Amino acid sequence: MTTVTQPRQRRRVRPADRAANVGLHAALIALSLGAVVPVLIVVMNSFKTTQGIFGSFLAPPDAETFSVQGYLNVFSRGNFLLNYQNSLIVTISTIVLTIVLGTLAAWALVEYRVPIAPALAGFFVIGIMLPIRLGTVPLLKTMTAWGIVDTLGALVLVYTAMQLPLAIALMTTYFRAVPAELKEAARIDGAGEWRTLWITLPIVRVGIAAVASITMLPVWNDLWFPLILAPGKGNQTVTLGVQQFVGQFQSDYPALLAALTLGAVPLVVLFAVFSKQYIAGLSKGYGK
Amino acid sequence: MIRTGTRYRMLALFVAPALVVYVAFAVYPLLSSVGMSFFDSGGGESTFVGFGNYVELFTNPTTSERFWNALVNNVEFFLIHLLVELPIGLLIAALLTSGRLRRSVGVYRTLLFIPATLSVVIVGFLWRLIINPLWGIVEFPLLGTEATALPTISLMSVWQYLGIPMVFLYTALLAIPDDVVEASRIDGAGAWTIFWRIKFPLIAPQFGLITILTYIWTFNGFDIVYALNGSAPGPNYSTDILGTFFYRSFFGSSGQVADLDLGATVASVIFAIILVTTAAYFWVLQRRLKTYEL
Repeated sequence: MTTVTQPRQRRRVRPADRAANVGLHAALIALSLGAVVPVLIVVMNSFKTTQGIFGSFLAPPDAETFSVQGYLNVFSRGNFLLNYQNSLIVTISTIVLTIVLGTLAAWALVEYRVPIAPALAGFFVIGIMLPIRLGTVPLLKTMTAWGIVDTLGALVLVYTAMQLPLAIALMTTYFRAVPAELKEAARIDGAGEWRTLWITLPIVRVGIAAVASITMLPVWNDLWFPLILAPGKGNQTVTLGVQQFVGQFQSDYPALLAALTLGAVPLVVLFAVFSKQYIAGLSKGYGK
Repeated sequence: MIRTGTRYRMLALFVAPALVVYVAFAVYPLLSSVGMSFFDSGGGESTFVGFGNYVELFTNPTTSERFWNALVNNVEFFLIHLLVELPIGLLIAALLTSGRLRRSVGVYRTLLFIPATLSVVIVGFLWRLIINPLWGIVEFPLLGTEATALPTISLMSVWQYLGIPMVFLYTALLAIPDDVVEASRIDGAGAWTIFWRIKFPLIAPQFGLITILTYIWTFNGFDIVYALNGSAPGPNYSTDILGTFFYRSFFGSSGQVADLDLGATVASVIFAIILVTTAAYFWVLQRRLKTYEL
């Protein structure tokens, strides 16, 4: 199908085509700037003094207005290192638990086709659409009864339950694509079911990466459950920490902007690295 | 081949851990919330009160006024998302898949999606700083005026989540086989005609999916409003949505006592609103698919 267009592309670019290309790039650059510039303004101003910020909002820091005082204030007054540690523990535990449980379940739903398997798969898939937050009152009651309110573990359990449906839906599509011959060959060679799954895993590693990247964002960025299930100083995640910090230090603009920058940058960087897996996960997970 | 008995055993073994977590921390709390809404646990003892909590919610002047206000605001919140996100998302997806871009596609796609990776807390404060009437880019107090506060917050959220419909439409456009497009090009169709006559009808099902997901997400909304305006979002509750109303009902706030039963009742009402619409969507979808098959 591409062979048809090949000779055309080698020809000199027609002026009309060139104009269209310029227009296209101009439109996309403008839209991209709209997405990125507000973030850059915050990052840039976080390296300025209060006078520098108020004096000229859009000017980059110069010798006079450059300052890292905001960051120093954030680290001396906030609990940022602890917040990062909490967010990392919660996010990584949730990702690992979601991948392990989701992979096992998806494997079984694809592999052991008994009459109840499709119904079970459907029961999980419904969860993609379920507004889990609306169960917060009983969750809070249960967690209180178990004595795990205000622990990171409470967050991990709720987030895993929240992310499992999407993980299972995604892993199911990847397991379906595994050639049956491969699994049969493993079984004929005497591999048990665990061993067969283990042999299949490298083939679905793209799916595992997609699950990891799609689990990361909503968990790291959630405000609702940290606010309700783990609000104590020692258990605050970055998202909640930033929220509280900004509420407390309304007038210290350099520190405020530094806090926002510290909250935003890690995820933007991670996303830039894993954007391909994330986008695959997003479209494949929901698109059914 | 694996024997049927073994299959059942293996299925149970592999699915059980996921099922336990999913039921215990997602399905059960949701259903239990509905159960709780029929009880009064005020005096320590739980007593069955039938629809008593619902009657209280809808007849008590304060709660009923707040509920309807939050519902109307939430509809506005949803409609702004849908009406702004869909056309812009479609435009970006169309530009990205116009066939004129090579390696730059990935760069644009990543840049355009960056806002969606930020936490709502950051998005809220970032925009509040930029539109600060004292030193930001507009002098009008957009967030301090009742008429403009909710549209402003909605647009902040739109700015953030634009990448999601973009990705859905982008991947749908990519999935269109090249030969379909190529055939119409050979027939003499221009880029404009190809887009509206060939590609657009093929990606139309995505609009239904985006609409229903946006509906569920916005009716579950809370974070951006809370981040900007707290749990009693002003001015004068003009930015109160169902999520913040729900939060106040069971967590309490200044001027409102925490009431778990009322919280469960509000949650059940929101759940019903979401469920009815989603069910209607899938019902219509299924009927339409059937007519196409015939």
